[in-house]
Amino acid sequence: MTNRRIPRGATVGATLLVAAVITAACSHKPPAPPPAPAQTASAPPAVDSSRIRDSLANAKRIADSLAAERDREGAAVAAARNTLLAKIYFDFDKSDLTDQDRATLDAKLPILQANPGLRIRIEGNTDKRGSDEYNLALGQRRAAAAKRYLTEHGVDAGRLDLISYGSERPVAEGDTEDAYAQNRRDEFVIVAGGDNIKVAAR
Amino acid sequence: MRSARWASAIVSAAVLSLLPLLLLLLLPARSTAQDTARGVRIGLTYTPGTKPGVLVLPVAGPGGDSIRAIIQRDLGYGDRLEVIGTLDPGVAEAGVNYALAEKLGAQVVVQPIVSGAALHIIVHNVQQRRVAQVQDFALPAALNAPEWRMAVHGASDEIERWITGVRGVAQTRIAYVRDGAIFVIDADGANARPITPRGADPLSPAWHPTGHYLAYSVFTTRGTQIVVQDLTTGTTHALTATPTGLNTTPAFSPDGNTIAYSHGDENGTDIYLAASLASDPARRVTVGHGTDNTQPVFSPDGHQIAFTSGRSGHPEVYITDVDGTDAQLLTPYEFGDDTYRSSPDWSPDGRLIAYQARVSGQFQIMTINLRDRSTRQLTSDGINEDPAWAPDGRHIVFTSTRTGVRELFIIDAESGRTRQLTFGSPARLAAWSRPLAAR
Repeated sequence: MTNRRIPRGATVGATLLVAAVITAACSHKPPAPPPAPAQTASAPPAVDSSRIRDSLANAKRIADSLAAERDREGAAVAAARNTLLAKIYFDFDKSDLTDQDRATLDAKLPILQANPGLRIRIEGNTDKRGSDEYNLALGQRRAAAAKRYLTEHGVDAGRLDLISYGSERPVAEGDTEDAYAQNRRDEFVIVAGGDNIKVAAR
Repeated sequence: MRSARWASAIVSAAVLSLLPLLLLLLLPARSTAQDTARGVRIGLTYTPGTKPGVLVLPVAGPGGDSIRAIIQRDLGYGDRLEVIGTLDPGVAEAGVNYALAEKLGAQVVVQPIVSGAALHIIVHNVQQRRVAQVQDFALPAALNAPEWRMAVHGASDEIERWITGVRGVAQTRIAYVRDGAIFVIDADGANARPITPRGADPLSPAWHPTGHYLAYSVFTTRGTQIVVQDLTTGTTHALTATPTGLNTTPAFSPDGNTIAYSHGDENGTDIYLAASLASDPARRVTVGHGTDNTQPVFSPDGHQIAFTSGRSGHPEVYITDVDGTDAQLLTPYEFGDDTYRSSPDWSPDGRLIAYQARVSGQFQIMTINLRDRSTRQLTSDGINEDPAWAPDGRHIVFTSTRTGVRELFIIDAESGRTRQLTFGSPARLAAWSRPLAAR
């Protein structure tokens, strides 16, 4: 989860450029002092200190701008990741997709299409009511329902693994309707290709 | 009964000091008579539903007290005999004092004698005033060690068979799930121990008929897999006929060669058959058209499979021939019925199937008679699930929440008498072995 990176590709050149500027701008050492007054014909021209100030300010502006862009892209990647991992929920002993479930799955489609290297594991879960062993089959049916929807909308079936945890992995404890409802879910886990998620084109 | 005890107390006091001598005198009284008749072997008329009184005499020598306590408890847990707990040495006066034993309510006197590496068992028929059965049982050296206890359980089970015609179930073990591991416990509650690493999250243990192997399911990154573990060596063999997806709830065929299990993929979960210890392709049994079909169990003759299916819209118990034909609803579903029935287990005599059904919102243990489809509810206290028959066709181990956490209990399906098997952290998904020879 902490492995967020600056996207590569189009921004690499700019990143390298600004990296050099930032290195200079961030240096705690002042620029080398001008040499002693000229005593030879080959003495360099005097340095204009105002140009140095302008250059530093400019570099800082570029750095800030790129950092902001990086934050925006980082936020977009994080948002894409959250969309990929968003859970869907089911009614008791049911594996039918609700309208809300379909909307949640629809949002994953452009990300899966923009990142053909992404491989997802769909994990089916149930609440604790019912037989523990039967719940494993029910969880499988729930995971399969999400897979079927995604493949029907163009995602290659080979990119979607299925597992059922039945009622073995509750996220909410207790015997309340609310806990049951939170546990009747499909979870989505990135198993490959999650390091460089491209944000889908709008 | 009360007057008999009062009389016996007086006699007891009188002969207490003579006991060791009396036991010595009894030692040579061996009989070679081996009644090989089927059923009740000691000439007793055993009527099911009645409980003949049995008196177990004190046992001299190393481990003697443990042997007497184990046999008494085993015969009591068998629920077919009334164990007379009164310690009454007077019974052993000049051979066995049959008249006194009779007064105490005993129809059978069991006289265990430790003789070197053997447990020598003499069973007396009180009414006929004679020794009815004699047999030696090998005793391992390590006193009170698991296999020593199993050997004593084996003697108990034979004693029960001589008296009632049905072998006891003390020399058996029960596998179950606790703390993310498969545990095994002796049927009397002793020697609970994990046989898999803790935290590996195995589920649904099933005994091979020989007792040498357990099958269970484990989670992998690509689904669940059936594993067969050799209990002697600890080695495991994965069932790879269906390598991905859901593979759960194994059950061995009566001959041990085949495992029935449920396999699920994108198109529902169905029952499959695969070779127990080879890697042959699996054969599909059920055609559930995308529904859940799971928890298979073989009939004792191996020709049929009972299983849970959601094909009618909610879980019900069905039976099918092993070739997949003639699938039929077993449990009494009626239109509009939205109850939940699952987790079948076929009784060893083939007459009944135990299962769980939701009654007033909570699961209870039920049995259904295969001949007339009559049902019986065995439990009502707490949530009760996952019944598994003992090899005597009379006792059922199941999971219950009646103490506040899930623990294993054993009920006598005839009398309803129930005892708690496990204590401590939650236990569930029990499977009962067949009789295990002492090794």
